[in-house]
Amino acid sequence: MNVDTTYLIIKSLMVLTIFGITLLIATYLTYFERKVAAFLQDRLGPDRAGPFGILQPLADAGKMFFKEDFIPQNSAKSLFILGPGIAMFTALLTGSIIPWGPQITLFGETFDFQIADINVGILFIVGVVSIGVYGIMIGGWASNNKYSLFGAIRASSQMISYELAMGLSIIAIVMMSGSLSLKDIVAQQHGMNWNVFYQPLGFIIFLISALAECNRAPFDLAECESELIGGYHTEYSSMKLGFFLFAEYINMFISCAIISSLYFGGYNYPFMDMVTDPTVQGLIGTAVLFGKIFFFIFLFMWIRWTLPRFRYDQLMHLGWKMLIPLALANMLATGAVILFNQ
Amino acid sequence: MKPLTNRAKQVVNKEMTFSEKIYLPAVLGGLKTTMSHFFKKQATIRYPEEVRPFSDVFRGKHVLKRDENGAERCTACGLCAVACPAEAITMVAAEREKGEEKLYREEKYAETYEINMLRCIFCGMCEEACPKEAIFLTTEITPANYDRSNFIYGKDKLVEDVNHRTDITTRQAHKNLAK
Repeated sequence: MNVDTTYLIIKSLMVLTIFGITLLIATYLTYFERKVAAFLQDRLGPDRAGPFGILQPLADAGKMFFKEDFIPQNSAKSLFILGPGIAMFTALLTGSIIPWGPQITLFGETFDFQIADINVGILFIVGVVSIGVYGIMIGGWASNNKYSLFGAIRASSQMISYELAMGLSIIAIVMMSGSLSLKDIVAQQHGMNWNVFYQPLGFIIFLISALAECNRAPFDLAECESELIGGYHTEYSSMKLGFFLFAEYINMFISCAIISSLYFGGYNYPFMDMVTDPTVQGLIGTAVLFGKIFFFIFLFMWIRWTLPRFRYDQLMHLGWKMLIPLALANMLATGAVILFNQ
Repeated sequence: MKPLTNRAKQVVNKEMTFSEKIYLPAVLGGLKTTMSHFFKKQATIRYPEEVRPFSDVFRGKHVLKRDENGAERCTACGLCAVACPAEAITMVAAEREKGEEKLYREEKYAETYEINMLRCIFCGMCEEACPKEAIFLTTEITPANYDRSNFIYGKDKLVEDVNHRTDITTRQAHKNLAK
């Protein structure tokens, strides 16, 4: 591969930009979440820090930093510190393969709005997300606290159960597009040719699994304030707790980006061929992608503040007896249609 | 057994139907309900900026009134202390010296006048008992404090400022109406 300096600089800048944007968006998702929750409950939400409370995330972060950083006496100290690190690391890693926009040419250089176009992109995502549960598991186990351990066990069993359904719904997409690379999958959904119109069932399964993978309500059994006193992060304080909570929001942002890319055409939008300038077309595409992502984030929050938490047996029932058979049937049907059309 | 209301629902232990098992219709119904609240008017009152209106007969912190010349009206007769059901009021009387006519309206005055705000039940009996129209309850709220001793309000907190008189006309109107 021809690695020259410009290429390296462009990629480094891209990494920094996406890292910054991800962190900024995750920061403001905490504010957004509280506002959405408040509005859905006829309240106002945070409105004291700055106009409309927009400085609230900064105040929260400042508070987190100055809290006592407590490590329990009988915990496995190195693992206790490692837990939030893994959670944060894996959460940030997945952003690298999402195509944030089409290829555009600026100042004689072609830019890929994607850090790395891996040819097994989707497998990479599924793999990294699976590692993400190690953060929760290690953190929960190292706390040496029964509540944390329960939370960790719940999180891991939930992840395993829902990853199956998620993987099966992704397989249907892969069969349709014939590629594992996210770039190709998005590029195939040009214009209004979105996968959701061919895979509505797959989309619903993927959405539910994504909610479960993010440990979001109604699947937040790993935290479960009322039963497990915060679950895996019971013993955490200060910025370690902040990392866990922050990783959850980053995960939410990334999974919304993946849903948009896989099912809702990513940066594609209807009548995009009417914009003749490819640069403008690409920039609008990026804006459109972020619009879709924010819509799904709002949907996630909307669901969280609507539904009560599932009972543990209901969670397992939904995962193993409803979603997996449905996903299998969906996969078979997709295969049959592809075979029939050949 | 006869139900108390007609809202009672018979519990049936039936199998859930398919649409109930996949939860989706119920979930969509729930989402619709929460979204309808998204656009409703918020019930929150932004407290320090926005204050809920008080009732006309609200009884808050006391004020010791001055007359139109700025002299204290209270003569330390002790009727308020006697009337007080919570025994919150104590006072020490003193005789007015020569040259203090501007300060005190009559020959006797209250040297100290203390109300224990933790004992006070804001019933307004002191106001009813006062023959000199000296003590009134205002619409001010007794603020919170870190120390119990700070809740014993002396004359420094109770006597009204000469230049910033406390308006008690609503309380007087109430009194006049009762006559």
